[in-house]
Amino acid sequence: MADLYREQILDHSRNPHNFGEIEDPDFTYEDSNPLCGDRVRIDVKVEDGIIADIKFSGRGCAISQASASMLTDMMKGHKVDEIRELTAEDMLDELGIQISPARVKCALLGLKVLKSGAYGLTDWPHQP
Amino acid sequence: MSSARQTPTGQIDVDRLKCDFPILSRPTHGKRMVYLDSAASSQKPNVVIDALADFYRTTNANIHRGVYELSELSTAAYDEARDKIANLINAASARECIFVRNTTEGLNLVASSWGRANLQEGDEVVLTVLEHHSNIVPWQLIARERGAVLRFIDIDDDGRLRLEQLDEYLNSGKVKLVGVTHVANALGTINPIAEIAAKAHAAGALMLVDGAQSVPHMPVDVQALGADFLAFSGHKMLGPMGSGVLYGRRELLEAMPPYMAGGDMIRTVELYESTWADLPQKFEAGTASVADAVGLGVAVDYLSEIGMTRTRQHEKEIVRYALASLREVPDVTLYGPEGDDRAGVVSFGVGDVHPHDIASILDGEGIAVRAGHHCAQPLMTRLGLTATARASFYLYNDESDVDRLVDGIMTVRRVFGLGA
Repeated sequence: MADLYREQILDHSRNPHNFGEIEDPDFTYEDSNPLCGDRVRIDVKVEDGIIADIKFSGRGCAISQASASMLTDMMKGHKVDEIRELTAEDMLDELGIQISPARVKCALLGLKVLKSGAYGLTDWPHQP
Repeated sequence: MSSARQTPTGQIDVDRLKCDFPILSRPTHGKRMVYLDSAASSQKPNVVIDALADFYRTTNANIHRGVYELSELSTAAYDEARDKIANLINAASARECIFVRNTTEGLNLVASSWGRANLQEGDEVVLTVLEHHSNIVPWQLIARERGAVLRFIDIDDDGRLRLEQLDEYLNSGKVKLVGVTHVANALGTINPIAEIAAKAHAAGALMLVDGAQSVPHMPVDVQALGADFLAFSGHKMLGPMGSGVLYGRRELLEAMPPYMAGGDMIRTVELYESTWADLPQKFEAGTASVADAVGLGVAVDYLSEIGMTRTRQHEKEIVRYALASLREVPDVTLYGPEGDDRAGVVSFGVGDVHPHDIASILDGEGIAVRAGHHCAQPLMTRLGLTATARASFYLYNDESDVDRLVDGIMTVRRVFGLGA
């Protein structure tokens, strides 16, 4: 279980990157994981089809907050279109830890929120 | 059987009793499993597991239908299980005990059947903020349908009901039913049901008790409590999943319309009219989960041989030890009352670590606890929390399990750098 809470995850949850809100974002979305009450909001500013700025806010378990933090790092400066191609597997690979089935939704909440905001896709990202 | 599981001083011999529960010797993540989630579902002793297989090997047939030997045996086994349950809760008659799938189904049965027939516009139902969702949501549905009003008794900071509010509500003269959980699943508060029932009855209201967390853990006597309805789950009391009971006072059940309709609950059926079977069949439409009921009867035997008073005493001691041990751990916050009105449930937090993270780390240490809102979101909101971690104890837990929990919490603190 030390694996699940390896240092990188804990760092992101303690000192999240891109934490906060964007004034006048091009899109914003917020959702929660009803099971445990994790809540994530993501604001995105788009310039020429590129994610010029992305911020997240919310509260919840270390896994949900760390994965949202890592997701903002992953996508900043990338094309908006890449959000569509991003899969659950990509997110879990980035986390680089074994996520038990009970915690997968924590790990994927940020990605779900980002896809919902960008495309109105409200299903959970496909799980590998 | 009981003598083998008692110490010379009459306490439960947990080391020997644990041998009756095969799953407790199953390691988890390579460690001895410490199961602290019996409030969600209990583990099962061999006698119950064997009873299920034996039923299917030797007795299986549909009940109340066949005139052949197997069907008669199956019917007798089912009736015998009902008798054992009636005896456990001191029902005046086994006919007052309806087999259902779980507590939730029992509570829905009352809300739907009794509620639809008895609640009028403006009538009031009093519940509490301690309730599990299963004793809130069915009442929301029926209240909306009937134009009835829900009132909720609040708690004090220790998680005890503010009973003066009950008096205020009852003064309206409109209260038809008071529904209270005997033991709060998220905090462990044991509510004074007999006192509440006496007040409800004096005001002309019925008393509904959610017994999911009490019947498995302490003596429960429906007549002494003054319970008009009591619902509980078999799977939380060593019995099979899918077994549960609704107790209802006979004249109430007889006056209530059926909840579900179909086979086995009718007396006569014509194309446009039917009449209902007597109790308890009136409320047991369709093929019953007979094996599960029989297994529950065996679980009742097992508990009865150990004794509900002794079970309660055991859990009282464990929870006292747990509270004392956890109070010594830095960063731990404990929720719920301290005293004799506390069942074997300990809700806690560790610093600002999210309860799901607590539970995941404890899982890695081989310790199973529940984390979340415990199906009591209104209570969590009342406490200003989104979730807690919860350890719950049963007769197969002992102080060594508590010690492992404390060690596990130290690991949580270490991982999250608390006290560093």
